[in-house]
Amino acid sequence: MEIDPFIFRLSIFILSIFIGYYVVWSVTPSLHTPLMSVTNAISSVIIVGAIIASLAGNTGNIFNTASIFGYLAIILAAVNIFGGFLVTQRMLAMYKKKKKSK
Amino acid sequence: MSANLLAVFYLISGVLFILALRGLSSPETSRKGNLFGIIGMAIAIIMTLMSIGNFSTGFFYLILLLLVGGSIGAFIAFKIPMTAMPELVAGFHSLVGLAAVFVAISAFLNPEVFNLGSFGNIKIASLIEMSLGASIGAITFTGSIIAFLKLRGIMSGNPITFIAQHYINLLLGLSTVVLIFYLCKTQLDSFFWLIIAISFLLGILLIIPIGGADMPVVISMLNSYSGWAAAGIGFTLENTALIITGALVGSSGAILSYIMCKGMNRSFFNVILGGFGGNEESSSGKVKEQKPVKSGNSDDAAFLMKNASSVIIVPGYGMAVAQAQHALREMVDALKKNGVKVSYAIHPVAGRMPGHMNVLLAEANVPYDEVFELEEINNDFANCDVAYVIGANDVTNPAGKSDPQSPIYGMPILEVEKSKSVLFVKRSLSPGYAGIDNDLFYRDNTLMLFADAKKMTEDIIKNL
Repeated sequence: MEIDPFIFRLSIFILSIFIGYYVVWSVTPSLHTPLMSVTNAISSVIIVGAIIASLAGNTGNIFNTASIFGYLAIILAAVNIFGGFLVTQRMLAMYKKKKKSK
Repeated sequence: MSANLLAVFYLISGVLFILALRGLSSPETSRKGNLFGIIGMAIAIIMTLMSIGNFSTGFFYLILLLLVGGSIGAFIAFKIPMTAMPELVAGFHSLVGLAAVFVAISAFLNPEVFNLGSFGNIKIASLIEMSLGASIGAITFTGSIIAFLKLRGIMSGNPITFIAQHYINLLLGLSTVVLIFYLCKTQLDSFFWLIIAISFLLGILLIIPIGGADMPVVISMLNSYSGWAAAGIGFTLENTALIITGALVGSSGAILSYIMCKGMNRSFFNVILGGFGGNEESSSGKVKEQKPVKSGNSDDAAFLMKNASSVIIVPGYGMAVAQAQHALREMVDALKKNGVKVSYAIHPVAGRMPGHMNVLLAEANVPYDEVFELEEINNDFANCDVAYVIGANDVTNPAGKSDPQSPIYGMPILEVEKSKSVLFVKRSLSPGYAGIDNDLFYRDNTLMLFADAKKMTEDIIKNL
């Protein structure tokens, strides 16, 4: 009997939830705001779905309804990817240690 | 590129995203972590493009769109003031939600691209997954918009409640499930549109009853939703990177919501059902109004702090509103020159999002090793000479420990009342967001400084 590939994906999903659980608990509370902005940026990896939706398999006509929704999703995700990572970078650059007084 | 190879690259992206979050366990490693995240994203995008291998006009448009979106994002990221971070994050969540909806629509209209069957004959499992992804995405979108409007002050932070509100939400939620069932049975696209429309409405209705100061929970919750939406789409598109990321983000948001709820000693459902905060009068509200308070000016405050050997600063949302963080740092510098030991105490729910105060203090060049969390510093108040409370209120209210009648009873508080004297910068005696009077105002060792947080701090600097 063959196992449905869905089960494999479900396994990845469940295990990732556990990884997320342990990794996020180890995040220091002072970095919770950057945590939110970076999770926001990485969840925009949804852009790969948008790219496939808008480019793959379109036969000649690149402006059918399905592709247009794909294009819109690409813009939204791109705003998030650049905005999310850059703003995180900007915040993290501000966290400095106390200068050792001589 | 073979599908297997592509899947391996998606797995690598997923691992890099895990490392990105792992890096946030300390500020030193966090910058490297962010870099891992960027590399992971680049790998996912470039490999997807390579796998399509269609470098025709469509590709050109794609790069153009990436540039347009990217420059908007970069512009916002560089321009946004740190005090507006909660709105920004809420706004970004709404974009993830809407992107999820659009990808789901695209997959629904053109399922062949993703090998999900053909229009009108989509695999049942895929239909369920894409409906769930679209529905959660839609809720995230409108919910985040409402959160954004409330945080921005465009919409009042007061909870909006009406009769049978929660039953209507429940009904809408159930009807979504029923519609997904019929969608699978009939494959009719009108059911799909209806699911999305109802979810948009549900997103609005879920967030409007929640008060402004419960926003830390709301933002974390929407963060979590955006993750589950991404995971739903990941299942539809059979994409490992999306499934891993969705799960990571989903659990991250859930944990943050939990931490925020615990910081207020309220259950998650209590927050979600809303109606708390705003203008409601509470049990112990009016009665104590007549008690005498000691109020002082910047001179008194400067004198007290100059002669102290240790000072603990307790910042709250009021500091963010007044943009007082830079003035505060200057004041601390001046105190340090006088040999005063200064540290900062941060309550988990201070501000409008998790870690809000830490970012603002970091912006004002406060070293992060002078900033402490509640558990780390709470015992130090007993040995400290002056507690300088700036823009915080409820999180210092002793009623949280002592008054079982109080709505905030059981909430962990910063025990500022144990310090020798308390300086309380506040514009008036008005109760905090929870609508409860703060006993601390009337204590003998409390000196009220009635002024704008920034102005008062600047005046104190002059007198130091």
